[in-house]
Amino acid sequence: MKIENKQNGQNITFNTRISEDKNAPSADAMSIRMESRSLSVIYGQVCGVKDVSLPIYDKRVTAFIGPSGCGKTTFLRALNRMHDLAPNVKIKGEVLLNNEDIYGSGVDPVIIRRKIGMVFQKPTPFPAMSIYDNVIAGLKLVGLRKRSMLDRVAEQSLRHAALWEEVKDRLKNPGGSLSGGQQQRLSIARALAVEPDVLLMDEPTSSLDPQSTTRIEELIAQLKEKVTIVIVTHNMQQAARVSDFTAFMYLGAIIEFGRTEKIFTGPKEKQTEEYITGRFG
Amino acid sequence: MERQLDQELADLKKQLLKMGALVETAIFESIESLKELCPERVNKVIKEDKVIDELENIIDEKCLDLLALRQPMATDLRVITMSMKISTDLERIADLAVNIARHVFELAGKPLLKPLVDIPKLAGLSQKMLKDALDSFVNKDANLAGAVIALDSQADHLRNLVQKELVEDYLSKDSSVAPRAVPLLLISRHLERICDHATNIAEDVIYMVNAEVVRHHPEKLK
Repeated sequence: MKIENKQNGQNITFNTRISEDKNAPSADAMSIRMESRSLSVIYGQVCGVKDVSLPIYDKRVTAFIGPSGCGKTTFLRALNRMHDLAPNVKIKGEVLLNNEDIYGSGVDPVIIRRKIGMVFQKPTPFPAMSIYDNVIAGLKLVGLRKRSMLDRVAEQSLRHAALWEEVKDRLKNPGGSLSGGQQQRLSIARALAVEPDVLLMDEPTSSLDPQSTTRIEELIAQLKEKVTIVIVTHNMQQAARVSDFTAFMYLGAIIEFGRTEKIFTGPKEKQTEEYITGRFG
Repeated sequence: MERQLDQELADLKKQLLKMGALVETAIFESIESLKELCPERVNKVIKEDKVIDELENIIDEKCLDLLALRQPMATDLRVITMSMKISTDLERIADLAVNIARHVFELAGKPLLKPLVDIPKLAGLSQKMLKDALDSFVNKDANLAGAVIALDSQADHLRNLVQKELVEDYLSKDSSVAPRAVPLLLISRHLERICDHATNIAEDVIYMVNAEVVRHHPEKLK
């Protein structure tokens, strides 16, 4: 199915099968924050992501599901140039952020990663660094030193990450002293501190207990009012709970992309149906 | 790939079909009791209704267990949620069969007001609609379910004919016939409601098969 969106006067067409829900606001009513256009990621001789064209809607959560090795993390990492340092990785196609190709010549990957933050599977605080310094690490990296501003951003980011109330009296304690769930929220706070447009989350709760997972999922629901979120998850119930759009990937290709409620109640593609009902094999 | 859930869904389907068979028998018995004005058959319908009620609880509980423990998606989710709805419709159909049977008590021992013409037609239609709706569930046949829905207007028409005739030709002329006319009026209403529930089941089957909501959207069936 072809989807056309008009942004900044430019017509964009996505050759992706989209499951429509006529009761939901149309895709045209939402603006696109990011998009991949014919994106392929090739490792040596292996094509990990094949010709993926996909919109990432602004202030919505888009989830990627699929079996291990289907290319969802590879795709996610291509969205903020995480493959740049990997040898033998070739990127084809475009990834647009605010309608500009992040792989364009002269684009600084450091600036791209400020606009497109990333949260990983395992919490990644700097363990010996204080909670406060963890949050503002990104700002210090770009040379910001003004204490009052750093204080304000640290509090705001910790509040947005739903961690402030738990750590406000021990900001000088090391990041490594927090529980796993708190460390993951600290990682999110650090990613939010640089005010990204998009937050990429790669299995953000897979190493957390159910209670911490619930906190992170609630946080995602709050954060999407401020930031566009792309999440990769093995947990289909989680994708169903937190996302507005879901993409099912298999063998590097998008098999189906559509509104989450549609994908999980009545997918159009047989492979999607088989995967989400556990018949895939 | 055979999953444990497949076996559980097969068991659920079996329970639902058992309930469907009992409900079909309940309608048959209530209609036969009307034709024969036979109170013995009425007792059988009332007795079987308790079994049907219990089956509804068993099916609901099974569906809730599957939802909570299996967290089903897509087809599985639709089969389980629609099974819950279908069991509710079947239980209500059984209640309507009991209502019809109870009216036979009121009619027994009195001469029929008139030979039954349209009521047997409506009864036959309700049986056909329920049978086809259950067949469409078993065979996941959305086309057959669509055909069931299309029959509902005939049921409305037959009920209107019965009511018009009883009111205009009998009740409005002689109110003393009420004890023999009102039960027939109510029976026609119950039979038409059975057709409505069969229609509901057919709509649920279409959602189960095609993931498309046709309830309240007749244009989608064209």
